[in-house]
Amino acid sequence: MLKAVFALLARDLRLARRRAGESLLVVAFFVLALTLFPLGVGASPDILARIGTGVIWVLALLAVLLGLERLFQPDLEDGSLEQLLLSVAPLELLVAVRCLAHWLGTGLLLALSSPLLAILAHLPSEALWALPLSLLLGTPTLTLVGAIGAALLAGSGRGAMLAALLVLPLEIPVLIFGLAAAEALIAGTDARAALLFLGAFFLGALALAPFAVAAALRLALE
Amino acid sequence: MIEARELACRRGGRLIFSDLAFRLKPGDALLLVGANGTGKTSLLRLLAGFARPAAGVIRWDGEDIAEDLAGHRTRVHFLGFADGLKGLLTAEENLAFLAALLGPGAEPLARALEGFGLAARAHRPARTLSAGQRRRLALARLAAAPRPLWLLDEPGVALDREGRARLEEAIERHRARGGIAVIATHGDVSVRDPLVLELGDRSAC
Repeated sequence: MLKAVFALLARDLRLARRRAGESLLVVAFFVLALTLFPLGVGASPDILARIGTGVIWVLALLAVLLGLERLFQPDLEDGSLEQLLLSVAPLELLVAVRCLAHWLGTGLLLALSSPLLAILAHLPSEALWALPLSLLLGTPTLTLVGAIGAALLAGSGRGAMLAALLVLPLEIPVLIFGLAAAEALIAGTDARAALLFLGAFFLGALALAPFAVAAALRLALE
Repeated sequence: MIEARELACRRGGRLIFSDLAFRLKPGDALLLVGANGTGKTSLLRLLAGFARPAAGVIRWDGEDIAEDLAGHRTRVHFLGFADGLKGLLTAEENLAFLAALLGPGAEPLARALEGFGLAARAHRPARTLSAGQRRRLALARLAAAPRPLWLLDEPGVALDREGRARLEEAIERHRARGGIAVIATHGDVSVRDPLVLELGDRSAC
């Protein structure tokens, strides 16, 4: 059974490596979208420094939502999903592994590239580690919750846009506490509560989302 | 042994078939024939445990599969119209993944590829293979991971005469080992002493 789980992880990572361009597109969106803000709100450094943390977190959320379409749709179309369902490993476990592989190609890259955005937005130097830390803790939850929407709409033909709308309300708490954690860390105030909330959201999503996703995928194949 | 009784299937509010019954012993092969839209694929999906019947039961060795659908699915090889292959992976990588996913007790991958005449193309990405070669690769997983119940939906599509001969040979080997095969076909695949279920005319066998 573990062999099946590791085989899926190895396959997904290999696929991600062979189409690295798609992951880079997510990062490119992240960076380019930020460069629009000076055009929209004016290039004054103090405005950017004030809204920068929030903007970067919102962009990270949008980038994760954009990537949701690739989570299950390709597997549904090429018949891989049926094979996952026939596996000796439980679908819930395979779903968790799929989310992990997907996060490595989206959330992790976003977190790692966020210091670059912090510099672009004139954020204080504390943001160079505070932003990636809050994103590292928050984006896995965004992916897991987003996966529920992606799975519910897989096969309905309505695609990622509706999935994004569907899960957006559920992602908002992560955004609020992620932002609170990042801003507290930057300001040097007590960030523990926000970080604990982020961690709790992650553990809750990790415990519940795979079951919801697996149930939705079984329905999609019926 | 797999047994279906009073089976009915509904899709999109329409009753596709009802009161279907059959019983297959180890070594049996059942050919599903019938016009398009008579429910061949739907029946295969019921037997695979992907969908639940509108009425009736399916029993494996006397036990209702609805009681443990996840367990039942681990007995099944399902070959649908989609191949379940990733174009960016090589033939061998695709097969190695599927064998590990569906495992355990796989036969050597090289032999499974060889069995469908793909040995020379093992390291080519699947997207560069022709439709027939992709079909062969999809079929190779049947040999790479032994499972007692084969559900094949139009397995002969895109295969040349030699490919169909290899497929028929694989089915006979599977039956000789006590396996069961249910094959939806429009007549391009033939097996020895098949049971035939014609869908659309409500017969039983």
